[in-house]
Amino acid sequence: MTSPLADFRAGLVAVFPTVVAVIPFALILGQQATAKGLTPAEMLAMSSIVFAGSSQLIAVGLWSAPTPIAALALMALLVNLRHVLMGASLSGKIAHFGRLRYLAAFLLTDEAWALSERRAVDQPISRTFYFTVALTLFIFWQVSSVLGTLFGAYLEHPEALGLDFAFPAIFIALALGFWKSARRTGPVLAASAAVAVIVHATVPGAWYVIAGALAGITAAVLTAPRQAPDTAGETTP
Amino acid sequence: MTIDPVNFAAILAMGILTYMTRLLGFLIADRLPKSGPVRVALDALPPAVLVAVIAPIVMFGPIEAVAGLATLILALRLPLIGVVAVGVGLVAVLRLAFG
Repeated sequence: MTSPLADFRAGLVAVFPTVVAVIPFALILGQQATAKGLTPAEMLAMSSIVFAGSSQLIAVGLWSAPTPIAALALMALLVNLRHVLMGASLSGKIAHFGRLRYLAAFLLTDEAWALSERRAVDQPISRTFYFTVALTLFIFWQVSSVLGTLFGAYLEHPEALGLDFAFPAIFIALALGFWKSARRTGPVLAASAAVAVIVHATVPGAWYVIAGALAGITAAVLTAPRQAPDTAGETTP
Repeated sequence: MTIDPVNFAAILAMGILTYMTRLLGFLIADRLPKSGPVRVALDALPPAVLVAVIAPIVMFGPIEAVAGLATLILALRLPLIGVVAVGVGLVAVLRLAFG
């Protein structure tokens, strides 16, 4: 076991690059929200209650008068369905959180999930580590998206600075940490990438993440080494 | 600095459904078996989800593909923040030159 202070430090170190990536994303979100007539208070309400970047950005894109409540809610559900898969994978690794799991679930983001799963490869995820990562992202998300509503007009062409590439860069680096062997991980990555690209090109919306992930885990099951029925199946996750 | 009630209702509806997606995975995981094919599938989930998010972005165009490959190689050597800095810088330079 590591000490809470060491876990706090490890959490800050782990989350730092994602914070750097989150800030411009949130500033752009705030700027777009202002362009649609949303107030800074409404931006703060959305960022703190929904707290899910992609769905918020798409929501702002869809926002019109009168507010299409049902379409916005359905879109949020579909875009965030990937959280079901992430939660199912993370659940056993944070079972020791107890009731704090409900708060952990509320704060679950792609970034907090990916950093925690990466951490779990090497050692157990402590409460301190998870909430340091998740709450840091939460705070920066609130502050930056509201700042975006106030000053976003100064950030005109963020793609020229390559800032949109920060997220894929982080995820590529994190994905490497899950590599076990060409035999075991190769088919997962190949199936997931191929299906995600095809579905992304042919089906509108965010289905490509779900489709790619399902293809990847199907490949894992199909290519798993055959074992004799596991009689000593008491190994805890 | 006001909140329109209709806008707030939309935000609340989005928030409730988003929280449901976050909670649902935790709730169903408790009922899943601890070994066998389901376990294999869950263990493969992290890289599968990450790659499904990344692949369409990297395949968007030649600049993103080159930067993605460079990031992959750099990630074997550099810490995460270095990978992000070089990846972002490379995309900016390539877009300036060819964009």
